[in-house]
Amino acid sequence: MQLTNRSKQVSNKEMTLAEKMYLPAILQGLGITISHFFKKKPTIQYPEVKRYLGPIFRGHHVLKRDEQGRERCTACGLCAVACPAEAISMVAAERVKGEEGLYREEKYAAVYEINMLRCIFCGLCEEACPKQAVYLRHDRIVPVFTERDNIVYGKDKLVEKMDDRYVRNNPSVQATPTEPSLSRSVG
Amino acid sequence: MNELLTHFKQISATGYLFWGLALITVLSAIVVVTARNPIHSVLALIGTFFCLSGHYVLLNAQFLAAVNIIVYAGAIMVLFLFTIMFLNMRKDDEEAKTTTAKIAAVIVGGTLLVLMLGIFKAAQVGTYNPTTFDNKTGLVENLGMQLYGEYLLPFELASILFLVAMVGAVMLGKREAGDRHF
Amino acid sequence: MDLTILLTKAIIILVIFGITLLIATYSTYAERKVAAFLQDRLGPNRAGPFGLLQPIADAGKMFFKEDFIPAQANKWLFILGPCLAMLTALMASAVIPFGDSIRFGQYEIPVQGIEINIGMLYIFGVVSLGVYGVMVGGWASNNKFSLLGAIRAASQNISYEVALGMSIIAVLMMTGSLSLRAIVEQQATTGFFGWNVFTQPVGFIIFLVCAFAECNRTPFDLPECETELIGGYHTEYSSMKLGFYLFAEYINMFVSSAVISSLYFGGYHFPFAAQAHDALVNALGANTGHNVATALGTVVFFSKIFFFIFFFMWVRWTVPRFRYDQLMNLGWKSLIPLAMLNVVITGAGLLFNFNYATWIVVIVAVLMIVVSSARAPKGAVAVQRT
Ligand code: SF4
Ligand code: SF4
Repeated sequence: MQLTNRSKQVSNKEMTLAEKMYLPAILQGLGITISHFFKKKPTIQYPEVKRYLGPIFRGHHVLKRDEQGRERCTACGLCAVACPAEAISMVAAERVKGEEGLYREEKYAAVYEINMLRCIFCGLCEEACPKQAVYLRHDRIVPVFTERDNIVYGKDKLVEKMDDRYVRNNPSVQATPTEPSLSRSVG
Repeated sequence: MNELLTHFKQISATGYLFWGLALITVLSAIVVVTARNPIHSVLALIGTFFCLSGHYVLLNAQFLAAVNIIVYAGAIMVLFLFTIMFLNMRKDDEEAKTTTAKIAAVIVGGTLLVLMLGIFKAAQVGTYNPTTFDNKTGLVENLGMQLYGEYLLPFELASILFLVAMVGAVMLGKREAGDRHF
Repeated sequence: MDLTILLTKAIIILVIFGITLLIATYSTYAERKVAAFLQDRLGPNRAGPFGLLQPIADAGKMFFKEDFIPAQANKWLFILGPCLAMLTALMASAVIPFGDSIRFGQYEIPVQGIEINIGMLYIFGVVSLGVYGVMVGGWASNNKFSLLGAIRAASQNISYEVALGMSIIAVLMMTGSLSLRAIVEQQATTGFFGWNVFTQPVGFIIFLVCAFAECNRTPFDLPECETELIGGYHTEYSSMKLGFYLFAEYINMFVSSAVISSLYFGGYHFPFAAQAHDALVNALGANTGHNVATALGTVVFFSKIFFFIFFFMWVRWTVPRFRYDQLMNLGWKSLIPLAMLNVVITGAGLLFNFNYATWIVVIVAVLMIVVSSARAPKGAVAVQRT
């Protein structure tokens, strides 16, 4: 079976004198490398220039709110069960009267934590969630930790801010939506 | 002692250089025979060769100095070092000091000493005539003229000797048809 | 000797020393840049503009790393190794003529560390000592791989030194002197096509190959072959001792580039140098004009050196490493006989006052190549057995 048509048959035929002398082949090789010297370099200067990673990139987790700004999560625990890395833990609580504007369901997650050191960004939590509550943003990555107590992300870091709502399919995004401003919903 | 002191007062910078070099030469030569570790011996020997080259330079024989370093320090001693590095010296240390070896060493050394003394007694130190002395004899052009003029035959004979030695080495090193491959 | 001359000499020696170190430092940077560009990358570009401060950052890193000496190593020899490597590397640049001469007042001082009439032999001697640093360090590490690396280095250097010496002999025969300055001057008198690269093409190629081998540069970097020997002789080294070994390699590269340029490419001479000198003397007066002309020659010399340093790097990132038996075969069975042939043909040419005699070797080789590739079976590729 041939995977590409670039494979070459190896032969052990005797070398001609020109091949035995190395020099012609070395000169040829030098020519090839020097031609690369003047080529345009495909490098992207990462921290300054960021590349669009596509709409399916799995980055920073977000706990979504619905249109009225209520948290969607009902603390069913399916995401924690689905998580292969056992990164998610939560404490459920019952919604009391007067909190209808805060939580969508009658039961909500009082504590919702993701251990980012355990998380492998597989996205299974997103798949498992019946309430479309947890998503992995495609436009933001989890930053590098420098302190130990920065590792476990609580609700303060996970729940979507009302002024920074996340929309995955943003048609106006063209270039590098790793910049947060580019992926905010327009209007 | 006093004589020596007055001598040191009289000599020029070159003289001090000579004495310093001579001291280092003798010291490193002593290290060559007394060092317990063969590698140290070899390194001391290289040092000795360097000092000898220094002496050649003092004698205005730069060519000889350079060739001494290239051939002895640069090639032959490298081969020495090369061979000694392959030996496992920790084990050999004890075996090498049997009584027979010691007696043999004393005999050989003694004979050499007697020979040297005899030669030094018999030999006459060459003198030179300051008026006709040419201090450029050691320079490469003059040396070449001498070697390829007056001393052409011995020079060529020496080269034939080297050729013979080389052929012999190749013969020794050649693997015959049925030999074991190391 | 006059105190002024002594002082100027001291300054020249110090400047050469400094320049050698500076060029070696920036060779490490250039190496990484050239490697990157040849591989379609950008190379270091974070430390300073265009990454120009990278060597300094590297040096800082080297200094602050732990200076580790293995317990089983021979401590003093372990320290001596890198020192020797550095010493021998730095010694060679003393006799290289970097330029014509500086004139001030009644003094005329050559731009050169020392002018001795056996300059070439001196360089040769220093180069042959270069292997000690590697050998001593490799043995003192008390590590199999280091020892094997050291032994490879020793046998490789000895083997290629023979061919190196032989290829130089042809040049020496043409010049009749061992002094590097005399060799450069001789090329200056015969003009552009009198450069030894044109009169000695075969010798030049042999010398170039041997220079690569003596510097332990790819394709001859077997002493530090990572795939077989981890790091070769410097496996056990860390911190600035390792830095010294790596640094010595770059200094060696600089020195060999300088030697190649002065032996085969006319040194500080360039086409129409004499005319330029005369014009400058006419325009600026005897002393200033001469000094400016000297500076021009030095600049030309350094650009030749830089080209060869670049060439060393260019080859390194093009050609893969030789196998050990290929290395020995190339050295003993090809280069040495070729160098002998070169000497004989040059001698015959000199007998008839014909300087371009060794082109015969080139022409014959090209003819043989053409004939052999014409007779080679075309497109006959044996099917691989499965
Ligand atoms: S992305 Fe995967 S590993 Fe990370 S929290 Fe979700 S399910 Fe667990
Ligand atoms: S995020 Fe979704 S799956 Fe996880 S507990 Fe909340 S509702 Fe359930």
